[in-house]
Amino acid sequence: MDWMNSLGIEDLRTGLLFAPSTSSSLDRPTMWLLGVTISLLAVANLIGFFLARQPETIVNPAVVKSFNLRIRAWWLMFAILVMGIILGKVTTVVMFGLASFWALREFITMTPTRRADHRSLFWVFVVVTPLQFVLVGLGADYFFTILIPVYASLFVFARIAISDDPKRFLERSAKIQAGLLICVYALSHAPAILTTQLTVANEVNEQGGRIPWDQARNSGLLFYFVLLVQLSEVFQYTWGRLLGKRVIAPTINASRTWEGFMGGVLTTALVGGMLWKVTPFKIWESALMALAIAAMGFAGSMTMSAIKRDRGVRDYGTLVQGHAGVLDRVDSLCFAAPVFYHLSHVLMHQ
Amino acid sequence: MNLTISVLAFAAKLISGASVRWIECQPDTCQRVYFANHTSHLDALVLWSSLPKEVRELTRPVAAKDYWDKGPLRRYISKTFNAILIDRTEIKVHQSPVDLMLREMGAHFSIIVFPEGGRGSDDEMGEFKSGLYYIAKKRPDLELVPVYLDNMNRVLPRGEFLPVPLLSCITIGAPIWLDAGESKAHFLQRARDAVRRLKDL
Repeated sequence: MDWMNSLGIEDLRTGLLFAPSTSSSLDRPTMWLLGVTISLLAVANLIGFFLARQPETIVNPAVVKSFNLRIRAWWLMFAILVMGIILGKVTTVVMFGLASFWALREFITMTPTRRADHRSLFWVFVVVTPLQFVLVGLGADYFFTILIPVYASLFVFARIAISDDPKRFLERSAKIQAGLLICVYALSHAPAILTTQLTVANEVNEQGGRIPWDQARNSGLLFYFVLLVQLSEVFQYTWGRLLGKRVIAPTINASRTWEGFMGGVLTTALVGGMLWKVTPFKIWESALMALAIAAMGFAGSMTMSAIKRDRGVRDYGTLVQGHAGVLDRVDSLCFAAPVFYHLSHVLMHQ
Repeated sequence: MNLTISVLAFAAKLISGASVRWIECQPDTCQRVYFANHTSHLDALVLWSSLPKEVRELTRPVAAKDYWDKGPLRRYISKTFNAILIDRTEIKVHQSPVDLMLREMGAHFSIIVFPEGGRGSDDEMGEFKSGLYYIAKKRPDLELVPVYLDNMNRVLPRGEFLPVPLLSCITIGAPIWLDAGESKAHFLQRARDAVRRLKDL
């Protein structure tokens, strides 16, 4: 086991066990947060329910429909996270793995590839994506932070080169690498929060060492992260509606304004500061973290909008009819997750 | 047997991520000829799997004997799907594929055919072979239903044996019939257009 520990794989027995965190390990602040969130969702659901029954002259049915779809996606996310809290981290990792897989499917489906890319795509879907989440589940941070940026990315280059089709080589490699980076690598850092060992900010023991933060509370931290990303979307939309004047990039996304962005990011930071009790951070750290999360979420949505505009699709969901667009829902999570993961480590190891 | 069918159908749907759109056409157990563009070995399997169960049980894919009769696995699959195997290498006058298909269809089966004959290249559909015309002529009561399979050539392209689980789309359009006195060339062109039209819907 020594070599495993030195490689960053935590004790395999605890890593693989479905060790359910008992409800008693759910601390009071997280319980409160869950309670408030479920009430907010219920209220939003009721509003959506009544809006859908209003005549078309009062509310725009398209807006109501997308509002209700979003609420459904939120319920789903909430259910996945709570299920993870009850059933243990393996469940959460598997659920995020499936979301990743589906997002990558949507990404590659709308990105044209050539016949010669088939074998590399097979590796990407069947080997790299599952392996990334297995490594995340094992808490093997030395591996899962490196697998895709180094091994998989270089492999994609080489595999496409071997396939003997030089046409638009760089472009084709980049498309597959971007899909892997955004849909798999970035998103996998959200469940990775569950397996990390953090320390409590500003507290030291007698020897002057930092006090470890209870790992069972990491699921509350993941909830905090997902909640802030979703709230930042809501705040940006609301501020944009209220004050929005200067559109940031009209051809990419006509509804994102500087006013909405600033208002949204600052409001998210405020809420983040208020939620510091579920985190190991200090109040101002939690606020700054929320600020970073909101900014990255914005970056993710804009990036995905740009890719969609280039491909001429409105939503990934309508790309192939009947499918819920997973990528539409997770784009902001994708960009925020690795930054949140990294910054929590920076704060802990200062 | 029934369980294998369900498992295979589920696996085919899972791998191809196929979403099915019925446009100007509803699932029905009446006798039909589903004709589709052909770009992948999975085409027949996926189209068949995407039909509702009661329709699926009455629908038989038409497949090439030289491919589907080779090896125990393929033979098993083609048998499970109740496929009609056509010998492409030995087409005789007294045993034409059309007669064989019509005989196997009897009075209650529907069939799935790929009138291009072989699998087409990546982008453009090939010309339709005349079989569809003769089927329509001999059995004017059959509904000829056009089907467009999108993205299947990326799930499992020609010459590959491992599928990549992308998303695909199956579009099923309004039935056509052979018009009175319509020429063979005109009908085949019309049938091909009916399939291609579904691509943009």
